[in-house]
Amino acid sequence: MTTIQDPSLATGRASPSLLSVSDLHTWFELRQWGFLRVGAVHAVDGVTFELAHGEAVAFVGESGCGKSSLARTLLGLHRPTQGEVRFDGRSLDELDARELKAYRAKVGYVQQDPYGALPPFLDVRRILAEPLIIHGVKDREEREQRIRAVLEEVRLSPPDEYLGKFPHMLSGGQQQRVVIARALILAPAMIIADEPVSMLDASVRVEILNLLRGIQAKRELTLAFITHDLSTVRHFAERIFVMYAGRVVESAPVDDLLDHPQHPYTQALLAAIADPDATNASRQREVPAGEPPSLLHPPAACRFHPRCPHFMAGLCDAEDPPDFEPRRHHLSACWLHR
Amino acid sequence: MRESTLLRVDDLALHYQTRRGVVRAVDGVSFELRRNEALVVLGESGCGKSSLAKLLMRVLPRNIHHTGGRVTLGETELGTLSDERFRREVQWSRMAMVMQASMNALNPVVKVGQQVAEPLRVLRGWSRARALARAAEVFTLVGISTDFMTRYPFELSGGMRQRAVLAMALVAEPELVILDEPTSALDVLTQASIMNALKRVKRELGTSFILITHDVATSSELADRVALMYAGQLVEVADAGDFFNEPAHPYSRMLMASVPRLRQRQRPEAIPGQPPSLFDPPGGCRFAERCPHRFARCARDPESIRIGERRRVSCWLFGDDRRDHGGRTEGGGT
Amino acid sequence: MIGVRWREHWEELRRYPSALVGMAIIAVLVGLSLYTVIAIPYSEALDKWRGGEPWQLHPVNAGSLWADRLVGGRQPSTLVIDSDAAEVEEAPFEGGRRLRMSLAFDYDYEGFPSEINLFLRAEGHEQRPFARLLWQAPDGRELMLGGYRIGRDHRISLSQDRALERRLGGLVPHIGLLAEPDADAGAQPQVQPGRYTLMLDAVVFDEQAGIDAELVLYGRVHGIAGTDHQRRELSLALMWGTPVALAFGLLAAVGTTITTLIIAAVGVWYRGWVDATIQRLTEVNMILPLLPILVMVGTLYSTSIWLMLGVVVVLGIFSAGIKMYRAMLLPIREAPYIEAAQAYGAGNLRIVMRYMIPRILPVLIPTFVTLIPTFVFLEASLAVLGLGDPVLPTWGKVLNDAQSQSALYNGYYYWVVSPAVLLMLTGLGFAMLGFALDRVFNPRLRSL
Repeated sequence: MTTIQDPSLATGRASPSLLSVSDLHTWFELRQWGFLRVGAVHAVDGVTFELAHGEAVAFVGESGCGKSSLARTLLGLHRPTQGEVRFDGRSLDELDARELKAYRAKVGYVQQDPYGALPPFLDVRRILAEPLIIHGVKDREEREQRIRAVLEEVRLSPPDEYLGKFPHMLSGGQQQRVVIARALILAPAMIIADEPVSMLDASVRVEILNLLRGIQAKRELTLAFITHDLSTVRHFAERIFVMYAGRVVESAPVDDLLDHPQHPYTQALLAAIADPDATNASRQREVPAGEPPSLLHPPAACRFHPRCPHFMAGLCDAEDPPDFEPRRHHLSACWLHR
Repeated sequence: MRESTLLRVDDLALHYQTRRGVVRAVDGVSFELRRNEALVVLGESGCGKSSLAKLLMRVLPRNIHHTGGRVTLGETELGTLSDERFRREVQWSRMAMVMQASMNALNPVVKVGQQVAEPLRVLRGWSRARALARAAEVFTLVGISTDFMTRYPFELSGGMRQRAVLAMALVAEPELVILDEPTSALDVLTQASIMNALKRVKRELGTSFILITHDVATSSELADRVALMYAGQLVEVADAGDFFNEPAHPYSRMLMASVPRLRQRQRPEAIPGQPPSLFDPPGGCRFAERCPHRFARCARDPESIRIGERRRVSCWLFGDDRRDHGGRTEGGGT
Repeated sequence: MIGVRWREHWEELRRYPSALVGMAIIAVLVGLSLYTVIAIPYSEALDKWRGGEPWQLHPVNAGSLWADRLVGGRQPSTLVIDSDAAEVEEAPFEGGRRLRMSLAFDYDYEGFPSEINLFLRAEGHEQRPFARLLWQAPDGRELMLGGYRIGRDHRISLSQDRALERRLGGLVPHIGLLAEPDADAGAQPQVQPGRYTLMLDAVVFDEQAGIDAELVLYGRVHGIAGTDHQRRELSLALMWGTPVALAFGLLAAVGTTITTLIIAAVGVWYRGWVDATIQRLTEVNMILPLLPILVMVGTLYSTSIWLMLGVVVVLGIFSAGIKMYRAMLLPIREAPYIEAAQAYGAGNLRIVMRYMIPRILPVLIPTFVTLIPTFVFLEASLAVLGLGDPVLPTWGKVLNDAQSQSALYNGYYYWVVSPAVLLMLTGLGFAMLGFALDRVFNPRLRSL
């Protein structure tokens, strides 16, 4: 039944992990008048996983499920409220300022909105030089060489055509290539891409995803690809983590997850996604009732239980479901697998 | 009656004047829409599809350089109406629009129910109670509990607000509703349930729709007909079944091949190149530069060529003399 | 590197005629400043502005020459008749000489001079020479003006000679000496045109030494801008006022904008108590009245322009501008590119200085340009209030003098108009450029 086609997956799992996240919580406290604590947004609420060297994974979920907060916590932009992120065996909490800066060179970041991600008042050369300058590459020649090399790598060639351009002179796809180039220029070990294509046109999306995946494979990078769009993940990730209300509810190799979703939420999500087809217009889609829960007051126990068609009273709303492994390498946090 | 034409658009044009020159956002667009039919205008960002919608609804910026063409709704030729008569007789009551991101354009200090009932009170002079009662019916139809009518917009989620805006467009029972990217800012599940609501409205009220979107998968949720727009022009207009199963225009084919699909293992393929600038679009076929089937004739403006009953394609590959040279089969091979 | 962007903006700016006019005005003012600074060195300007000796031959409160000629007037400008150019008859006698000088001049103006002085210099004499003066009018009338014993440096103020005034029938000498005779009593005296001569008949008790004489008929118009009550040329103050005003405006605008901007950006970036402190300081500062504080500093401490500049900048640091910049910077703080910069390791200082501030600079340039004249006006207002720099000639000081001499009441309009026009031109030039820049840099304001 399991459909692991990609041989790299097996090796990926065997190799030592690059990033390990355990019981991570990132909460944002809400205060009234600046000091009175009135609650907390449970953006990331107990997430545990490991990423191997050279592995490409996708975090999938709807907006407000905490996937972007997770990305920022991994990048060290938010401090975890509880739990830890270990990179190459070191916890981010232990790092001093200098080590944290070194960590930032090892993790590249690709954002959603390519235009917003580029300072509009700098040209491409300067944008790409910035990380190098910050990390002490003082030699102008060397910087220029590295900038040109990375532009070639993201297929903005010849580089001369782009070096002097400002972001507003580039198309969305070219802007995103510059963003990717900037994420790569410090030769990171891992790239975190938060919705890298959701603001781009359909025809450009594939290009950018192919590019990212190609570079990931060539440089043997670890790629964490965050998206709301399940239809794009099959070709661009090896493993998928499905997130709901701050938690990972299901994780599995990509084909296994898409072909045999185990968690009711994943099933609902897959059922809601249309592939272009003329018969869609005459069919009502199955959509679970209700709205994603507020992260300020998330439901007790299983976060999905108020919307779940298989809700079991006294269990789903009483006790957090542990990760079950209904299929090989396929984890699902649902009491149905009990 | 069901098969009769509701909206006829002939050779519509809209050019903007900007400091850098004239932008030919809509450049010779023609199509027809029947009653209770949903037409999807599909296109990438900047192809002029939103301008088309705004032109139909007469919500235009001030920097118009040129408009042209004819729009006929039912028996009424809209071009002959003054702005005042258009507002009184057509807007809301016969033709309504849900604009892009309009869910964020609700008045923040007026209760949602009041806002939805507003068109009835203004246009038809209904009493408050009567208008609210009607608004409640529409709320149920689009899938919001009537409890939300007494809430303010900020108390509603994005999906709820989008439904409220939809309710407002539907409340005066217009024959035609134009939806500009109605779900693009929403989550997958919310998107699906709003599309469900639209299907229900179409079935129950017999409303016609023009759905403007860049999202091929979403477009298939409602489409009876698909009009594919590229650089200000329609390159293909076809029934949804024909379009999704067997796209004809090279751009249609490449666009369909670039869509990632959840249930297929085939790898999507990108379209190389970029759309031309609308400031000074190239003469001849505007897709020619990116087209793998380009040949000498593409330097001339393509005619709109009819294939079969209900399909028009603007591509010389379908010209009579070309078809003998196997142009179509060659193109179909991709 | 930013060249391309600026070139685009320049191309765009050129399309606004108001921008071109504004830039032309500013260019003229800057050109005038540079010329002034080079042509009249600072120390020389200060020296001259102190008044006295250098202005001896200038009239008091004269209007501008070109303004008079422009409206077809023929008011007199200053005439200086020097004995070097005059005929001198010399007749030696026992123990001395007798010198007869005729200081002749043609007078063909509409109005009377404003004053007549005779400067006599007799150097190297053991015994002071004696001179008698005889006035000859064109119609041949002769008038004895009296005899004087001449000192080494002697000034005879004919205009102040009360006895002469009585003899002239109650007309002040500088009118009476040049007036048409036999005018009806009570009628306005008229100028008698023609050649006048002042005969100087001197007895010198020395073989060698001579006498230098200078007859000065002070005009009623003088130079480009006229003169003030201390005979000083207003053009000096108007010219030197330009670099002072521009420097003050520019330095104050730069000083307040940069400090305000940096403080606002620091507050926005660090948030929390840093931001709160800055906000409270700003709010307190906003209710402090600037002008009264400046008046106080000027009265109690010093009215040096550089001290005033310092006070303006210091009080400007926590000005209302902070609120505006804060509002602009808040969304920028959340911009993805700032987050990206953090993610690749940019430090706090770098983010504030390299990523936040440059983002709003384009929006600030127009505000900055329109801010310059407000400080120019502030400096002028202070000077009008009597708190101008004690030594520097400035536009405001000219206005202050004009006010204290009741210039408008006395009809010396030029005294008020010329500095006011320069102030308005400055305001106009910067405002026209600033508003055009605003349209270029903030396209949302642009009407098509």
